[in-house]
Amino acid sequence: MNATLDAAAVDCHPASLPDFTPLSDLRDLQLQRLQAVVALAYREVELFRNRMNSCGTVPSDIRSLTDLARLPFTTKSDLRDTYPFGLFASPMKDVVRLHASSGTTGKPIVVAYTQKDVDVWTSVLVRCFAGCGLHHGDIMQVAYGYGLFTGGLGAHYGAEGLGATVVPTSGGHADRQIMLMKDFGVTAMCCTPTYFLHLIDRAAELGVDLKTLPLRTGVFGAEPWTESMRAHIEKMSGIEAFDIYGLSEIIGPGVGCECRQHQGLHIFEDHFYPEIVDPETGEPLPDGSEGELVLTTLSKQAMPMIRYRTRDITRILPDPCECGRTLRRIDRIGRRSDDMLIIRGVNVFPSQVESALLQIEGTLPHYQILLTRQQGLDQMEVRVEVTPQMFNDKIGALQFLQSSIQSALDHVLGIRVRVSLVEANSIERSEGKAKRVIDRRTA
Amino acid sequence: MKIQQISLFVENKPGHLAAPAQLLAEEGIDIRSLYLADTQQFGIVRMIVSDGRKAAAILEARGFAVKVTDVLAVEVADHPGGLAGILGVLDGIGINIEYMYAFPYSRDSGAILIFRFADLDEAITRLQTAGINLVTSKELLK
Repeated sequence: MNATLDAAAVDCHPASLPDFTPLSDLRDLQLQRLQAVVALAYREVELFRNRMNSCGTVPSDIRSLTDLARLPFTTKSDLRDTYPFGLFASPMKDVVRLHASSGTTGKPIVVAYTQKDVDVWTSVLVRCFAGCGLHHGDIMQVAYGYGLFTGGLGAHYGAEGLGATVVPTSGGHADRQIMLMKDFGVTAMCCTPTYFLHLIDRAAELGVDLKTLPLRTGVFGAEPWTESMRAHIEKMSGIEAFDIYGLSEIIGPGVGCECRQHQGLHIFEDHFYPEIVDPETGEPLPDGSEGELVLTTLSKQAMPMIRYRTRDITRILPDPCECGRTLRRIDRIGRRSDDMLIIRGVNVFPSQVESALLQIEGTLPHYQILLTRQQGLDQMEVRVEVTPQMFNDKIGALQFLQSSIQSALDHVLGIRVRVSLVEANSIERSEGKAKRVIDRRTA
Repeated sequence: MKIQQISLFVENKPGHLAAPAQLLAEEGIDIRSLYLADTQQFGIVRMIVSDGRKAAAILEARGFAVKVTDVLAVEVADHPGGLAGILGVLDGIGINIEYMYAFPYSRDSGAILIFRFADLDEAITRLQTAGINLVTSKELLK
């Protein structure tokens, strides 16, 4: 028995077996699936056919996995431009599910699934959860929004597929979430990391000590979060926190997930082929280099996606994981290429603001970045919600807090920032995701 | 001796005091005194109310940042020199005031001074030794 199979035996959940496929078999499978999906996209989707024809690479030119780089990219605006059904490769009668993203500009983007697509989606989520050490017998609370958003239903099917008991609370109603978590003996929580931070704060206010509950695992995703947030979550709630990755355009949550090593997220690359490219030039970069993640669906039927630009900045970790999975890993996504703000010529990432705030209070309050332009000059304001833990009865103490945050931000960002303390819950939240940046600068 | 005061964080914007006031009104909580310490951008509302714990719980449940703080109340005569007299005593016994405010008191046409000290127990001892009469919560909320 070779080393990979031994590792599979240790990990022991049968659903995880494909994670340990020997590399040569995995590459063969990927090539075979890539050829099929490119042929499907060319045959059924006008946009893909036109693009391939104009770049001179047709499906029969794909003879190895490296030939993938010869195909043109697909972007989010392609989904908007073909709204609603222009990228479907299956007739509507074979589509069993539609999801749509809350569009920030104009029309939403629509994604479709055949029954087989739903089954694949469920299977990758089962592998995510199994990799987090969850199994039959766990009680999983799914507090992602249910509905058009892929988070809720995706996690729901995955949890059922695993054989867990699902508590489909959807988002909102923090007090009820906490009550059910406690009364039902919930062992695992699925939601956005920001929402779980909110539940931690609210539980403390209600006098519920999360550390004394059966809750032991959290699977958090749908927005970038940091190692310091993980440390804070784990310390305050006593759980093991996992990062899960996905996007509707590819399938929803479950494109990748951490294993218990917590050293990057394994991509389920038997279904989603990852590449890293230079975000400026689009040139493919070798494993280990940081760049933009580009994904190609290898088995999707209703809506295949060829070289989709995720805008997420990461790298493929070059070494094998100690867990023994042969699936390559990406680094945790700290930022997106379009998250980057340029303020007075300086690159600013919201995650930098987050780490500065964590340094000050040891807690992560909700915050929002507001950008305006006054007399031709960019102004950056960071609005920070005063939590009950941060609040002090003395004006001087609050002013000190304000100026400490201010100097920490000035130091981290290298630009002058205005800090405003605002009332708790005054920053709007949607789908459990906080809206981090409001840009009111007119171009 | 100690009086419960509730403090609340509010932004310094039109209407931001109305919501908490409305919440307390709906629950039949009487506001005995209210003092606003403010900066250009935010303020702290300090209140002494008929039921401090209940008021704090109501506001917390609606997501307000609230603190319950113990303060001391001293009654002084409402005439020139009333405040100067008590502050002179405090100065003499060497205790530092974190903040204070005053409001009129109907009984005997006096005034109430509310004091917040860093070391409340020490302040109580010294004030009582100096012969200063501290108003109890029961008297104040009568």
